[in-house]
Amino acid sequence: MDALLSYAVFFVSIAGIYAILSLALNVQWGLTGLFNIGIVAFVAVGAYTSVLLTVEPSATFDGGLGLPLPVGFVGAMVTSAVLAFFVGLITLNLRADYLAIATIGIAEIVRLFLKNEEWLTNGVRGVGGVPRPFAELGQVWMPVAQMLLVLVLLAVVFFLIERARRAPWGRVLRAIRENELTVLASGKTVKAFRLQAFVLGSAIMGLAGALWAHFVGFVSPEAFEPLQTTFLVWVMLIAGGSGNTKGAVLGAFIIWAIWSGSQFATDLLPPEMVTQAGALRMGLIGLLLVLVLLFRNEGLLSESDQRRGDLAREAREERRAG
Amino acid sequence: MAELLQLVVFGLVLGSILTLGAIGLSLTYGILKFAHFAHGDFMTLGAYFALSLVAMAHLPILLSIPIAALATILVALVADRLIYRRLRRTRPVILLIASVGVALILRSAVQIIWGPNVQVYSPGIQLPYVIPFGDGAIRIKPDHLIIMGGALILVSALHVFLQYTRVGKAMRAMSDNPDLARVTGIDTEKIVLWTWGIGIFLAAVGGIFAGMDAQLHPVVGWRLLLPVFAAAILGGIGRPYGAIAGGMTIGLAQELSTLVIDPSYKPAVSFAIMVLVLIFRPRGIFAGRST
Amino acid sequence: MTGGYGGVDILQGVDLVVEPGEIVVIIGPNGAGKSTAMKAIFGLVHLREGHVTFDGAEITNLQPNKIVERGVGFVPQSDNVFPSLTVAENLDMGAFTRRDDFEPARQKVYELFPILRERSRQLAGQLSGGQRQMVAMGRALMLEPKLLLLDEPTAGLAPAVIDDMFASIREVNRELGVSILMVEQNAKQALRMAHRGYVLAAGRNRYDDTGENLLANREVAEMFLGG
Repeated sequence: MDALLSYAVFFVSIAGIYAILSLALNVQWGLTGLFNIGIVAFVAVGAYTSVLLTVEPSATFDGGLGLPLPVGFVGAMVTSAVLAFFVGLITLNLRADYLAIATIGIAEIVRLFLKNEEWLTNGVRGVGGVPRPFAELGQVWMPVAQMLLVLVLLAVVFFLIERARRAPWGRVLRAIRENELTVLASGKTVKAFRLQAFVLGSAIMGLAGALWAHFVGFVSPEAFEPLQTTFLVWVMLIAGGSGNTKGAVLGAFIIWAIWSGSQFATDLLPPEMVTQAGALRMGLIGLLLVLVLLFRNEGLLSESDQRRGDLAREAREERRAG
Repeated sequence: MAELLQLVVFGLVLGSILTLGAIGLSLTYGILKFAHFAHGDFMTLGAYFALSLVAMAHLPILLSIPIAALATILVALVADRLIYRRLRRTRPVILLIASVGVALILRSAVQIIWGPNVQVYSPGIQLPYVIPFGDGAIRIKPDHLIIMGGALILVSALHVFLQYTRVGKAMRAMSDNPDLARVTGIDTEKIVLWTWGIGIFLAAVGGIFAGMDAQLHPVVGWRLLLPVFAAAILGGIGRPYGAIAGGMTIGLAQELSTLVIDPSYKPAVSFAIMVLVLIFRPRGIFAGRST
Repeated sequence: MTGGYGGVDILQGVDLVVEPGEIVVIIGPNGAGKSTAMKAIFGLVHLREGHVTFDGAEITNLQPNKIVERGVGFVPQSDNVFPSLTVAENLDMGAFTRRDDFEPARQKVYELFPILRERSRQLAGQLSGGQRQMVAMGRALMLEPKLLLLDEPTAGLAPAVIDDMFASIREVNRELGVSILMVEQNAKQALRMAHRGYVLAAGRNRYDDTGENLLANREVAEMFLGG
């Protein structure tokens, strides 16, 4: 029973981090139509920033300032946002497909940087001894407290994005996505809004990266691979319903359940097949992506459902006011 | 000087591989109007089909190349029929996401069938031809000659096909304006099949060449996707001739860049070139034709 | 014909007839559904109700290449040449569905538009607007169609070129025996050479009569021919 409970705590924590990522992608793709398939870059930058700010100084590399955890989290958001700002500045005027390939390029360059700049990142050996939040609570309660931290942050991100979506800001983003604004606003304004959405989404991705790093306690360039950190998030958002805030969270939990369930399945494979387990699960991700697009294009909770809900609520509020 | 020429040779070899990938990407982009992100993984698939023919059926590599490429076309046509064709009426970006899914499925299949480890077509080391030059020497492996020669032959054949055959002209027409092609009476579904056929054939051969140049591994094509895209964009999307110039430019630039930057950042070069082109000449540098 | 795009019926019961050998002109205000009617005949707009028949056979909602094979050519209003193909290649594309020898058809096109023979190796994208229109019409004629649909063949052309274009259209009709259905903004000039004309408004037939009678009709003149 204890094992089951502690697995449940682990499951919710990781799914919660993925839900934060899914919400971040929803700001970029769902609301604004920005095609980012370099999520892993912003997650890795956030994770490394927070780790290097908070670990104890080391003899082998320059990072390691031993600062408190909250500083690491804020720093993670800032560096990811700064990276996104410069990437966005040069690429956000591009069509969706060109932006997509540009973000792949960014992810590749970040990977090379983390691997090669050993003076800063300790290279392929990675950085261990990452301080873990609530370590003082001990083996039993630490995971629970960490889970609560993830859930609180998830709730904060959810309500901020939900408010932003319903505010005029979110409507402008939607109009930009649907190309409705080009006649009303100058190209400059449109680009500014796209940049805001891109930077905001990337900052949240950086935060998720930091959470993940402190949850696991170790970072290395290989830990951030596009499959689990970019494409899994895409499947979550698309399956949940891109543009729909609740859908983004729901998709994250459901797909994480399928994904971790697939691990149980592959664990049952005969030993000679075990090395192929990762490949099987990669195929599963691809298959899920294609199947959702073919049979449930809008996702489980569609954006139009949500718009109908919004309109009904506004009507109710008006009636009450009037 | 010899060092420089040696890098030019490497650049031409890499350029040949990228060109074969970029032509197909550019054609599918121009005619089907979406960025086919599984293109790199089709390159991988072709390379592994050839590996089976060489290692298990003991066919010579030169005979394996066309057979493997044809087999890869079959897989692409299945993907088109089961997935892409059904989504063709939706937005191009949906097709793009679907092609990412196809890429993951292909890579997974390659890894399951052939294993995750690095493999080679023929064990042992090829003795290079050594050409003394000035203070040093230039080394060219026999495989390098096959790669460059093969690319040259295929590109010439493509040129003849596009310029002088009915279907080739129709492909160029459809790349220009698919709607007009339809009302002109061109059987566009047939042209789509030809586009997949030619694009994937060239990609598969490019993948095999990449395996001959270095080694085979399940992400060989995915790693090539970025420079292949860069080459296609540099040449102007939908322009097969531009893709040739783009492929050669990116290949040479990546290899020559090692003179001035850390070789481990080589992949960043194609990215930098691509971003610069997208900002300053979004229609491509070699898109000389007026439209 | 009733139909349109995405559930909106732009055409609300339009009725058009072209007899063999006729030139028929469709005029009407913007948004009347003129171009949509042409596209509907050619299977490019889904018809909810109504039929399109050609030579006694039903062609409603057929694929364009099947309609072309039956002898109906279509020249769209804009972007109607393949810019990166040569003039000769553009003409080849018109004959894509033909498996027989189409050299005689090409010679006829060159006789009709001699400038195209001179420019045959030039890229269509480098031609002037009038020459492009010739290429577009020539491409449709490569099939030796029985009926040619022209969507505003003189749009954006200089006045002198417009006269030439109308002369060519009449020649295609008389010399090659091709029936013609065209949408035209230069309504007076078009009606003068037409056998019959239709006036469409708001997706419906408003008037149909011979070209002469429509020109003489005061109401039509006031409302649609600019007084």
